[in-house]
Amino acid sequence: MQIYLPIAEVSVNAFLLLGLGGMVGILSGMFGVGGGFLMTPLLFFIGIPPAVAVATEANQIVASSFSGVLAHLRRKTVDLRMGTVLLIGGLIGAALGVLIFNYLKSLGQVDLLVRLCYVVFLGVIGALMFVESLNAIRKTAKGSAMPTRKKHGMIHKLPFKMRFRVSGLYISVIPPLLVGLSVGILAAIMGVGGGFIMVPAMIYLLGMPTKVVVGTSLFQIIFVTAFTTMLHATTNFTVDVVLAVLLLVGGVIGAQIGTRIGVRMKAEQLRILLALMVLVVCGKLAFDLLVMPSELYSVGAVGGH
Amino acid sequence: MLRWLALFILIALPTWAEEVVLGLSQDEVAITTSFDGSEILIFGAVKREAPIPEGELGVIVTIAGPPEPVTVRRKERRFGIWVNTDAVEFDGAPSYYAVASSAPLEEVLGIRENLEHRVSVTSKLNAVGAPNSVLDASSYVAALIRINTAAETYQLLEGQVVVDEDTLFRTRIRLPAALTEGAYETRIFLTRDAEVVASYETTIDVRKVGLERWLFVLSRENPFWYGLMSLAIAIAAGWTASAAFSLLRN
Repeated sequence: MQIYLPIAEVSVNAFLLLGLGGMVGILSGMFGVGGGFLMTPLLFFIGIPPAVAVATEANQIVASSFSGVLAHLRRKTVDLRMGTVLLIGGLIGAALGVLIFNYLKSLGQVDLLVRLCYVVFLGVIGALMFVESLNAIRKTAKGSAMPTRKKHGMIHKLPFKMRFRVSGLYISVIPPLLVGLSVGILAAIMGVGGGFIMVPAMIYLLGMPTKVVVGTSLFQIIFVTAFTTMLHATTNFTVDVVLAVLLLVGGVIGAQIGTRIGVRMKAEQLRILLALMVLVVCGKLAFDLLVMPSELYSVGAVGGH
Repeated sequence: MLRWLALFILIALPTWAEEVVLGLSQDEVAITTSFDGSEILIFGAVKREAPIPEGELGVIVTIAGPPEPVTVRRKERRFGIWVNTDAVEFDGAPSYYAVASSAPLEEVLGIRENLEHRVSVTSKLNAVGAPNSVLDASSYVAALIRINTAAETYQLLEGQVVVDEDTLFRTRIRLPAALTEGAYETRIFLTRDAEVVASYETTIDVRKVGLERWLFVLSRENPFWYGLMSLAIAIAAGWTASAAFSLLRN
């Protein structure tokens, strides 16, 4: 069934969009990532103009994360206090990110920089997570004790300490604020929710328990992507609500299924799967940058990318 | 039926030398939610008082979508990766352009005539912002045409205009699903020995209707409320699906 999208101004198959939404929704629920880093390139691939894909994707992430966060709230696996601290950093970061984005746009190289950001961040995070989860799995297989709690290093000497009961942490608010801030900047530049960066940052930098990480990152993502959606809608007019609704109908159902799969799986397995997926997307993007494209020319609107 | 219509027009109207009388299967294209492209039948007749003049008759039909500025960028390998380097701006590239002719274009239209009336797609494109570093602006023109042709937004339909008895002509032109709104300038040229002897212009109105129109207008005129509405719809759908799912489970 073909459907004409009013803002994107293209006609696409409605079932294809529902399927894409569902698939990415499952991943979103399982890993607590918004799925934007997968969905945005997929939308380019089916012929949605990049500007519309990025903006609409932000809108869709709000919905899929919302249904995911409700599921997590019921199971009390959201650290609202930590989420709020991360969110404050995230909103400041998103605003900064938009400024940086517009500056790069005026230089005319925003497309390349977005891709390089993807390759670098996905590559580093994917590799780190992969190695770490492999080690964890090997340790449990040997029957040795669980990895020891985080060492008390620099992070515990910072001022403005706060108790995060749900996460079982008593740390300074500065690290989570900085994590939120940097994720916000990257999210705005790369046009994604930023969960794939935030989830490992929460686990490895802040030392939060994996079960809480997913719900808390979804909570933060909702607000940051809602903010991004409004920015795109009011400045670039590129949010396509029909496209968003189709993606999210598949997405919300997928997220519910994904959340249930995620609960049944072991944290290490979950992490190694996410790491593999991140590495695959990174590899594909790097491949596209390195191999000579079949069409050397591209057509775009004046001033856009 | 076409023939009778043409005959009727021939008898009923006064004439000069040779003239075009035109009919369109539709002069409005409504973009609805289920819009998946459209095909327009363009038909007409050559009206004349005197006997059929000397020279080979040619008929050319063009449809042009609203012009818009575009940038064509070229990639080059820098430090091992493919990077956009040079760019050429086109002032008013038609968002859609189709040329249909009764024979290969060079045969029915002279070079000078082509430039004067801007018939071929190349003559419609004006490169304006070519920096000094770009020496081969023509390869950018070729790329623009190649990419748009692949997307069906530029079409060269040589020999697709059927001419009957030097009088009646008809052709079908497909409008793809990815259409920009606006007035689509439709032109018919009548040529004798590759020279234009008569022409006719009209417009096909392409516009969104119903829900499509409402959303589009809202997103442009009230972007803030449109954004809020999009978020509200997204959150409502997310919540409903979540609630429905947990109801199902219990």
